[in-house]
Amino acid sequence: MKDELKIRVVKGPDGVEFEVEPLKDYYCEAAPTVMPAAYIKVVEDLFNWARSESIWILGFGTGCGAIEMRPLMTPRFDAYRFGVQWRPTPRQANLFVISGYLSTKTLKRAIRSYEQMQNPKYVIGLGSCTINGGMYWDSYNTIKRLDDYLPVDLYIAGCMPRPEALLAGFQDMKKLIRAGKAEGANLYAENFEWYKANQKRVIHDWDMPDYNW
Amino acid sequence: MPFDWMKIPYSLLTLFIVVNYGFFLNALIQKMGARAGRRYGIPIWQNYVDMIKNYGLRSSITHGAMFYLGPVFRLSGGVGLLLFVPTIYGSYMFSNLSFAGDLILALYFIFFGTLGMALGAGESGHPHAAIGVSRGLAQVSTAELPFALAVFAVALQYQTLSVTEIVAAQQGGFLQWTLFTNPLAVAAAMLGFLGSMMRPPFDVVIAPQEIPIGPPTEYHSAYLALMQTNRAIFPIAKIVIYMNLFFGGASDWPTFFFKVFLIYLWSAFVGVVFPRFRVEQSIRWFLIWAVPLGILSIILV
Repeated sequence: MKDELKIRVVKGPDGVEFEVEPLKDYYCEAAPTVMPAAYIKVVEDLFNWARSESIWILGFGTGCGAIEMRPLMTPRFDAYRFGVQWRPTPRQANLFVISGYLSTKTLKRAIRSYEQMQNPKYVIGLGSCTINGGMYWDSYNTIKRLDDYLPVDLYIAGCMPRPEALLAGFQDMKKLIRAGKAEGANLYAENFEWYKANQKRVIHDWDMPDYNW
Repeated sequence: MPFDWMKIPYSLLTLFIVVNYGFFLNALIQKMGARAGRRYGIPIWQNYVDMIKNYGLRSSITHGAMFYLGPVFRLSGGVGLLLFVPTIYGSYMFSNLSFAGDLILALYFIFFGTLGMALGAGESGHPHAAIGVSRGLAQVSTAELPFALAVFAVALQYQTLSVTEIVAAQQGGFLQWTLFTNPLAVAAAMLGFLGSMMRPPFDVVIAPQEIPIGPPTEYHSAYLALMQTNRAIFPIAKIVIYMNLFFGGASDWPTFFFKVFLIYLWSAFVGVVFPRFRVEQSIRWFLIWAVPLGILSIILV
């Protein structure tokens, strides 16, 4: 465990000494819970429509696929006209695009970012690396099946998929959300133990709480 | 003077009209900015959808009491600014809760939201939020300086602190507007205006590419939706003040819509032409170009 995460005694500005346990004090460890849909169906349908028409992507590029997302902001592709936009903070994002191969080191950050996003949240696996490892199928340092570690709603296959494929993928994502089928966040909460076991199997220097939002 | 209870539903009606016009105008201006960049831009109803989505998120987390109050302060800053200034001149229905000294209150309300935001962002504990809000406060303060100077010049010129009387003094042809009777004050105020509209070149505070999105880093779901609602009200409320002080006010809704649109367009026009300033550059810019104009306008009055 890193030094800064160990329990230590800190002296405050007013001279009072107190104990700090970083893992407990700086993070919240409460496990995720399944969040039910709105009780009235019409309301949930309205929310699902709004969610599908306002997709905020976390601006976090993990592999070479991140370069395919940038053209979507330019005049040539302009994803904004479909209600898609990028947010720099996981708190405000709804969609996490895992753009290509994911090294175990990045997986740790991806998990933390995913857990800080608010329910409902969606994951798109971009490129073949997220499906079966792709060209990194025998790499010692990348994960092979993204679905083992985070609940994936949709894959966009290709190596690399063009920006047009991403746009088509967003349209499919919208259909899933509107049909109420994109419940990845609840799936993650239901199978929390299984996901954590998988994550810990590949991340050896696990120095964060099990769930940190 | 007995309180006129009928003012309350009328004020709420004003608020309703302004919220919807604000959402529409924000999207329209964003679309124009996109067209200037040769993009198609967002759908015109996108801001409504974003807001419904944010209210509809299932989970939200808090960092403490001030984290709740930040967006509330911000929204009350916008609503208060709107409600204490006459929206439509000479109309009983839409003069809102304006009173004799409302100009000073308006100056206070313009700053109120940013201060509330500072408290909320500080409570969130995120370093980006703290840096962002200190940069934001620094920039807003210097942008307020020329505006405040211009307001004092106008108050001196008309010898009153009541927005209604200032509008009344500007009636009778556009040559009576402060724009023509006191051009220096208007110039200073319009330069200050650029600084508080959160558009380039002065939008570094909330720009996603810099300190990630600044003060609202930790804000999400309903908190963010509240701030989005304020984003629709606040620019319009601020423009209403500008319209009343400098451009003769509006005596009916079509004039109101038109003038507000034109004043808003001024910030968008500057925004698509000029690139973004860093905070210290924008502070220097306000102090060098806008503040002397404001001082000069007071001296000349």
